[in-house]
Amino acid sequence: MSAGERGKGRRTLAVLLSLGFATGAGAGEIPASRQAELTSLVRQDCGSCHGMTLKGGLGRPLLPDDLAGKSAEALAAVVLDGIPGTPMPPWRGLLSDDEALWIVKRLAGGLDR
Amino acid sequence: MTPFRPTVLRWAAVAAWLALSGLPAAAETALRGTGDLGIVIERAVGRVLLVENSGRRRLAEIAGLGDLSHAAAVFSRDGRYAYVFGRDGGLSKLDLLTATVVKRVEQAGNSIGGAISQDGRLVAVQNYEPGGVKVFDAATLDLVADIPATYGDGSARSKVVGLADAPGNRFVFTLYDAGEIWVADLSDPARPGLRKYTGIGRQPYDGLVTPDGRHYIAGLFGEDGLALLDLWNPDAGVRRILDGYGRGEQPLPVYKMPHLRGWAQAGGKLYLPAVGRHEVLVVDGASWTEIARIPVKGQPVFVMARPDGRQVWVNFALPDNGFVQVIDVPAAAVVRTLEPGPGVLHLEFTPRGEQVWVSVRDQDRVRVYDTASFAEVAALPADKPSGIFFTARANRIGF
Repeated sequence: MSAGERGKGRRTLAVLLSLGFATGAGAGEIPASRQAELTSLVRQDCGSCHGMTLKGGLGRPLLPDDLAGKSAEALAAVVLDGIPGTPMPPWRGLLSDDEALWIVKRLAGGLDR
Repeated sequence: MTPFRPTVLRWAAVAAWLALSGLPAAAETALRGTGDLGIVIERAVGRVLLVENSGRRRLAEIAGLGDLSHAAAVFSRDGRYAYVFGRDGGLSKLDLLTATVVKRVEQAGNSIGGAISQDGRLVAVQNYEPGGVKVFDAATLDLVADIPATYGDGSARSKVVGLADAPGNRFVFTLYDAGEIWVADLSDPARPGLRKYTGIGRQPYDGLVTPDGRHYIAGLFGEDGLALLDLWNPDAGVRRILDGYGRGEQPLPVYKMPHLRGWAQAGGKLYLPAVGRHEVLVVDGASWTEIARIPVKGQPVFVMARPDGRQVWVNFALPDNGFVQVIDVPAAAVVRTLEPGPGVLHLEFTPRGEQVWVSVRDQDRVRVYDTASFAEVAALPADKPSGIFFTARANRIGF
């Protein structure tokens, strides 16, 4: 992420905070437009294995109940590094560390909430 | 005078049908066939578009079909009805002439596709949860047979993938978790005959029946290779083909599972997606050995031969899912790269292949290309389009 993007992210964070929309630590690092892209990615692309409604398919369900009690950092590591020996691929390269963390927190809280 | 009476009645019936149908095209032509009709899945809104490939136009929307992510469809042999398999386990029977839902059943919790039998009387659905295959009467959607995909000590049930129809009113499918291929003979639907082939390989992800109905092939995710069953020689068992095609190299990440369907055959060769390699594998359909591998832009998802077998079109997983590449069969090389737009999920040729329809999810468009000039000839609006299915599938083996 460039310095310019970071600055933009901070401004977005400030706007989100002022509107009361911040959804947890780390969320503010992701610009709003990228958040929309990531939400779409989760639904449409993660959804090709985990189901568009995230209730599972070839991959496990990713609904809040399924993720309860798991640490966000550990889940983000699964997203970034994949699970060797299974179809879960490493998303590092397509997603940054912050983005993976943002995604798992959104999943844990419910994507629609 | 008497000959007039039946005629009057017949026209009255047509008028009544038109009044009820609500089909825009019906206003222009009283009667029509379905041979150039099809459906486009609008995956996020639980709706399908009824489309006509001659006019390259939308005719109607049919809504209320539930979760259609990864939805697929097959057609009745008369081409009038579509059976749509939804992710949520919904099985919907649509009438293409009236653009209505004839019947809908919730048959499982998590479903992935289906097939229709050789005689057109049975529709089979493959389910992830609970893992197995359910078979329905194609006319009524009444349950005819339930085949749980149990394996091991019998307590576990496997997700089922790669369900295809085969001659002899058989359905062939693959157990993802168990690594097994099962052949279900439904010539007597009340007593399905089951033959199981175990140990076919790790993580089979999909399967296909060749267009002649003779061979079933399951692709493996967990190993470099594919599993082949000769349905003419079922006693010979399943054998491995293209074993170790990755040559032990570290596979590339696969951001979407490839799909296998019986469109892969062209000129006696099969064109199959490699897994974890940006290649299309070319297999000799007689010796079942690899004869070439064609480098492509990304991880192939669908590898589909044009109906005449002269071209093979390929789409890709992320991050290359904005592209489509065209392989020229005699040249055995990519001759064209198109960029329809982000989220190319599926493509479907018109029955004789002069055009191809491409769903572009992230642009909410279906683009239609001329397959000779590669020119875009139409673009239709569609909400997050995924699968495109034309009624010509009704008359093909393996669907």
